[in-house]
Amino acid sequence: MGLENFKSESFKSRIRTITDGAVTVLAILATVLVVLPLVVIFGYLVYKGASSLNLAFFTQIPKPEGEDGGGMANAIVGSAVLLGISSAIGVPIGIGGGIFLAEYGRGTKLANAVRFTADVLNGVPSIVMGLAAYALIVSPHIGFLPFVGHFSAFSGGVALGIMMIPTVCRTTEEMLLMVPHAVREAALGLGVPAWRSVLSITVKTASPGIITGCMLAFARVAGETAPLLFTALGNSFMSTSLDRPIEALPLQIYVYALSPYDDQHRLAWAGALVLISLIVVAVSLVRYVTSRGVLKGAS
Amino acid sequence: MGVRIDVTNLNAWYGTNHTLQDITLNIPANHATALIGPSGCGKSTFVRCLNRMHETNPIARVTGTVRIGDLDIYNDAKPVQVRRRVGMVFQRPNPFPTMSIYDNVASGLKLNGYSNRRVLDEIVEKSLKNSALWDEVKDDLKKKSGASLSGGQQQRLCIARALAVDPEVLLMDEPASALDPVSTSKIEDLIFQLKSQYTIVIVTHNMQQAARVAEKTGFFLNGRMVEFDSTHKIFTNPSDKRTEDYITGRFG
Repeated sequence: MGLENFKSESFKSRIRTITDGAVTVLAILATVLVVLPLVVIFGYLVYKGASSLNLAFFTQIPKPEGEDGGGMANAIVGSAVLLGISSAIGVPIGIGGGIFLAEYGRGTKLANAVRFTADVLNGVPSIVMGLAAYALIVSPHIGFLPFVGHFSAFSGGVALGIMMIPTVCRTTEEMLLMVPHAVREAALGLGVPAWRSVLSITVKTASPGIITGCMLAFARVAGETAPLLFTALGNSFMSTSLDRPIEALPLQIYVYALSPYDDQHRLAWAGALVLISLIVVAVSLVRYVTSRGVLKGAS
Repeated sequence: MGVRIDVTNLNAWYGTNHTLQDITLNIPANHATALIGPSGCGKSTFVRCLNRMHETNPIARVTGTVRIGDLDIYNDAKPVQVRRRVGMVFQRPNPFPTMSIYDNVASGLKLNGYSNRRVLDEIVEKSLKNSALWDEVKDDLKKKSGASLSGGQQQRLCIARALAVDPEVLLMDEPASALDPVSTSKIEDLIFQLKSQYTIVIVTHNMQQAARVAEKTGFFLNGRMVEFDSTHKIFTNPSDKRTEDYITGRFG
């Protein structure tokens, strides 16, 4: 039938070998291209910033302009405060929304509306988010409400927190949908009430993925400058008050990078290095803490 | 101890699909009852109606009465109460993947708010012994995940989990169809031991299995129950021509 040629060893075997090799090389190349920018950026930050890192950087607040020395202790503390507020807002609301989308609202109009809104919110530029927080919290003058009517750590935390919600919400939904139906049925079959089954079985089974989503959102807002420009504002002094303006690492880097002083440029490089390192440390810490107690063979 | 199950005029639908039509059936206490029939005949839907799992599908609907012992499960009880009295083992082993072996067995009690450690320890041991898994896992109870066991062990773990809440009825929906022959025979041995204490209803595609473990057998076809009788009679001298055709392999 003319298939002798098809069955012979040499038929297209060279082309096949070449294609196989080419695809392998392309895959390796793509991997390198993905990893390379990260390595280059981090390497450059270490090269430019490491020399300015010393104890003073972590313990002192900025010196007056033109004076050498000083540190970013206020910005490090400020970033921690802002990220604490934003996580306290973004993580519970995001996870709650994701649970609604995956477990309760499946197929309903409300769920589709929520999903669409979350996706749009995810695409809103961060500066717009800052403007919204400014318009809603910073600019109104309502005397009896706390945190309202002036620049504050609170308003900055809210802006960042709202930015976290869509990422956390959609990853939570995706991860919950990946939990096999059989696991839900097993819980229902034991006479476990639906809410208990959702919290103790489904969410728990999906928790590694949900935590990854939270970490992604956290890392993203940790580096945001724009939403803080007219909310947290910045503060050259140490402050932990939610009611007053507060410094943040990205804000400080932004200001120092634009300054005319060489010493402030060096501090900006060091600040960027510290910001990235702190994000890596925070993410690794959460991963370590949440991976303890995972059992042998658990999937 | 097991209780009898009385089903009267049971009808079930998935959307507009009338999957069970007018089933009336009395299942004896403390015996194993097998349900056989070709795929899609309604036998799985039938057992899912016995613990109100059928209605977890939003498009599903049920009419008729089912009594588990004295309890009219559709009129006098909530689904959660029913499922605590009627345990279920599914076709594919479905242990909770993030839980240890111990927690899997204790889950039915723990998730319903029971927390007495000493009693839990006893129940976990007893349930694992009842499901013939204790000797294989006793050293790894809290160290290993339920998902780390082999398929056959996972299914016995699921049986232990179902037994731990002390049900009166045990429903098994093709419990061995995803297992190898050795694991299958272990599950069958287990059914043999358990049926003196529980009312067992087992759905199976494997007619030899029905013949080995069950005293009573029901034959389902196209959503109706064609014949229900002693297993011996069904397999040697069925009254209905369709039953005979099925068990002799002429269709299905």
